Amino acid sequence: MFDIAESFRIALRLVLSGDPELGHIVWLTLRVSIASAIIACAVALPIGAWVAVSRFRGRHAVVVAMNALLGLPSVVVGLVFYVLLSRAGPLGTFGILFTPRAIIVAQAFLVMPLVAALTRQFVEDAWLEYRDQLRSLGVTTRRAVPTLLWDVRLSLITVALAGLGRAASEVGAVMIVGGNVDGVTRVMTTAIALETSKGDLPLALALGLILLALVLALNAAAYALREWSARHG
Amino acid sequence: MASPAAFTLETKALGVVLGGRPVLEGINFYWDGATRIAVLGANGAGKTVLLRALHGLVEPTTGSILWNGSPDRAPPQAMVFQRPVLLRRSAAANVEYALAVGGVARAERRTRARAALAGVGLADIAGRPARVMSGGEQQRVALARAWATEPRVLFLDEPTSSLDPAAASEVERVMGGIHGAGTALLFSTHHLGFARRAADEVLFIHAGRVTERTPADRFFDAPRSAQAAQFLEGELP
Repeated sequence: MFDIAESFRIALRLVLSGDPELGHIVWLTLRVSIASAIIACAVALPIGAWVAVSRFRGRHAVVVAMNALLGLPSVVVGLVFYVLLSRAGPLGTFGILFTPRAIIVAQAFLVMPLVAALTRQFVEDAWLEYRDQLRSLGVTTRRAVPTLLWDVRLSLITVALAGLGRAASEVGAVMIVGGNVDGVTRVMTTAIALETSKGDLPLALALGLILLALVLALNAAAYALREWSARHG
Repeated sequence: MASPAAFTLETKALGVVLGGRPVLEGINFYWDGATRIAVLGANGAGKTVLLRALHGLVEPTTGSILWNGSPDRAPPQAMVFQRPVLLRRSAAANVEYALAVGGVARAERRTRARAALAGVGLADIAGRPARVMSGGEQQRVALARAWATEPRVLFLDEPTSSLDPAAASEVERVMGGIHGAGTALLFSTHHLGFARRAADEVLFIHAGRVTERTPADRFFDAPRSAQAAQFLEGELP
């Protein structure tokens, strides 16, 4: 049996002493999560906004599909990308399986539905309010997309932070396509899974504490932004 | 007052059905912009839908709207809504946005936006975020935005309805300036005093139909339709 209090003490010491192994894992996690969140936003923000302002046949089906993608099982996404990126797979020539790039690709794919669905909701709400005014000014649908995205920009920062949180806390797909290679693709979540199964609870707990703090900080930032925007219009 | 704006607007048996309910029926209307028109009528009579249809925001279900004799020769026009819808940027940027959409060159936008905001008395706070301004200020930004695009025709849907008396009279003053600069005005309102002062003619709508069109100086004392008489009796103290 292990001593919980003792584990916490060691975990705190690891965090406070700036353990290099721990530092590397945290740094890699931040790097790949930020990169995947940026890619996901670049793709999903325009898609979400476009679906919000467009009226076409089958739009309802698209909206339902977008919302359904929110529940995409990450292990399945990992498996699909594993097959695609493996040597014999169609994208095997890139040779990025078991590298941080593979993690970025899989995470970006997992974050996209979240960003697209939330963006569609925010932009559509704004569009309902602005539609007549924008049409009166002669604004085309194509022009309305960037205008609306810019107008709900504060909400979109919240969306981006939510995407970053999802990327950082993702484990299933990252484990499969990254391979949890020590010093190369070991991120916080996969390290926690590994250390826990090995029984090295202090390191797992230290990583868990940092991950929690990170997610808390992201949510606090999102909350502060909402408060600020409510005061500043 | 205004130089005669060179356009004609004609509706022929205009009808609008929204959600299965007829909102406007058999509207025959001719206007050359020489007179300022106030559209009066009870809530739900169809005033807003009429303005939106004329402005092109609502498709006619039946009949036609002809500008200069054609469905697609509408002159430059703008509309000010009951509740102003401003973008989350400064008042000046809101006006400049409308000018950019209208294809005005970047260099010209700033000067025209500044002039329009000065015209509505907001030059000092042109840099402030539009969305945190008071209701009256927001409506004046909306007026400046419409004005800056130099429309031939300006539709205003109850522009003073949500404003206090001081803000309403400021809007009325600005409307006078816009009309004086040569823009034709057609507005709906519930404020009878405002209609009496700011309009040359009254178009009275009851249950989606025009019951009369009368010069403003006669309408308030001697309306010709029974519905208008009843309306005035109910509205006036």
